[in-house]
Amino acid sequence: MATSPPKVPSPVDILLRRRRLRPIETLPWAIAVAVYFAFPTYLPLGTEILIMVLFALSLDLILGYAGIVTLGHAAFFGVGAYTAGILAANGWSEPTSGLVAAGLMAGIVGVVSGFIILRTHGVTLLMLTLAVVFMLHEAANKAGFITGGADGLQGMVVDPLFGAFRFDMFGRTAYLYALAVLFLAWLFARLLVHSPFGRSLTGIRENVTRMHAIGSPVHRRLVAIYAISAVLAGIAGGLLAQTTQAVALTVVTFERSGGILVMLILGGAGRLYGAFVGAPAFMLAQDTLAKSDPVYWLFWIGLMLVLVVMFARGGILGLVDAALHLARRLRR
Amino acid sequence: MSRPALETRELNKSFGALAVANNIDFRLEVGARHALIGPNGAGKTTFINLITGRLQPSSGRILLAGEDIAGLSQEARVKRGLGRTFQINTLFRGLSVLENVTLAIAERQGVAGGIFRVAGAYRRVAEEAYALLERLRIAEDALKPVRELPYGRQRLVEIAIALGLKPKVLLLDEPAAGVPTPESAIILDLVERLPAEIAVLIIEHDMDLVFRLAQRITVLVQGGVLVEGTPAEIAADARVREVYLGERRHD
Repeated sequence: MATSPPKVPSPVDILLRRRRLRPIETLPWAIAVAVYFAFPTYLPLGTEILIMVLFALSLDLILGYAGIVTLGHAAFFGVGAYTAGILAANGWSEPTSGLVAAGLMAGIVGVVSGFIILRTHGVTLLMLTLAVVFMLHEAANKAGFITGGADGLQGMVVDPLFGAFRFDMFGRTAYLYALAVLFLAWLFARLLVHSPFGRSLTGIRENVTRMHAIGSPVHRRLVAIYAISAVLAGIAGGLLAQTTQAVALTVVTFERSGGILVMLILGGAGRLYGAFVGAPAFMLAQDTLAKSDPVYWLFWIGLMLVLVVMFARGGILGLVDAALHLARRLRR
Repeated sequence: MSRPALETRELNKSFGALAVANNIDFRLEVGARHALIGPNGAGKTTFINLITGRLQPSSGRILLAGEDIAGLSQEARVKRGLGRTFQINTLFRGLSVLENVTLAIAERQGVAGGIFRVAGAYRRVAEEAYALLERLRIAEDALKPVRELPYGRQRLVEIAIALGLKPKVLLLDEPAAGVPTPESAIILDLVERLPAEIAVLIIEHDMDLVFRLAQRITVLVQGGVLVEGTPAEIAADARVREVYLGERRHD
């Protein structure tokens, strides 16, 4: 019955076209490469930002897409950091395999904890995610003989990358290493969120009752994305351990869980690029404010967050969207 | 007698002392158009939730094409051909109409868990979804987010999602609830044109609609079956008049 004019892309084409790479998506990478050449003395901060982007990206998969609100994401970051750190401190100094191990261990913790806690919802789930962080924090604290406890893990030896690139004191190798890992993670995450699996996660976030009613194995899907997210968070933690060659108890704290949540919300959750905007914005603001106002800088961070959640629910990217929308309307 | 598409035997559900389903024996024949009516609070939606597995029965059996499904998860029942709609719109409000239906079809075709090398399969799913929208005459809204549609159109999406599952048994929970009369005619028309092989159980308050659609009617009162019969039998039944038909003037 419906007759559409010829040569107009069909709605099916438009639906599937979302997966295509848009030019703007190359921007973060262009900036990251430019930073490498333009700010050679800032590379250690840059590396940390890249790692936080990866961490926030992993959180976006479960929070932004699947709608799992968690205060426990540092658990996986911490497991990854300690795995990479303990391996490197005990003779396993090859970095890439250490990073894979970090991801795997975090993934295992993700499957096991996710299988149990993802049967709950709302505040119960939130409390359980938090409990996992507290338990792991205390475990790392008590197992001082292997983790270094409150003194932190020391004595890590990290070999040159691929046997060729030493981790230099300016942080060049570390920066490029983190950038390459982030790039691969982004490719995977992008594929994932546009896949049928990724869309079904969005369905779970939008209406879990209906997902049950269309025959979706909701719990299995949630555990799967929780584990995938844990792997990426573990890799982020492993990167931090390897590039700083130290692991402190702060990798697995409530503060770190909350911090990454703030970064993601600030950038905009559920849009894949919120991590790429929020983490740098937060960390650069922190860096600048801590220098200019060392006493009250946390106050300004807090104020920024209040303004975002009150007036810009979609975060910075949400504001950009709204501005573009307005500009288009005005042009018409 | 042939095997019914759906059957319940002595189905019970109580919350404490309150029996919301009381020994319900029910048969839905293959290809039937069967209405479930009853006053508010009679347990109609509860009955649907028991059949679909949103609620677990306290006792009794639920047979889908002869197979006992009472112990199965909601997903497993859907996979065996049980589809439903909701009395209150239960949609993916932020997603487009096309994607609402695509999600259901992807689950049915078993591609919804895929991440890698799924482009071809996903296109087939989306094309089937679009063809369904065309058949239901809501294709022009395919790319609109569901929340931007008027309520009556959303009711059609509600049915479209269920049809995307290609159910053998379809449970419609007040499909025209809350829809203004001119638009409810569209929904009615759609329900009338449903494929003949689908067995349809429809909960409805509108008696004109019930008598127009249904070949059989079951009257539920306080969680139990009061009477079951053809529309003519139900219309002539004194007890039904008393508990139900008499009340409709108050609507």
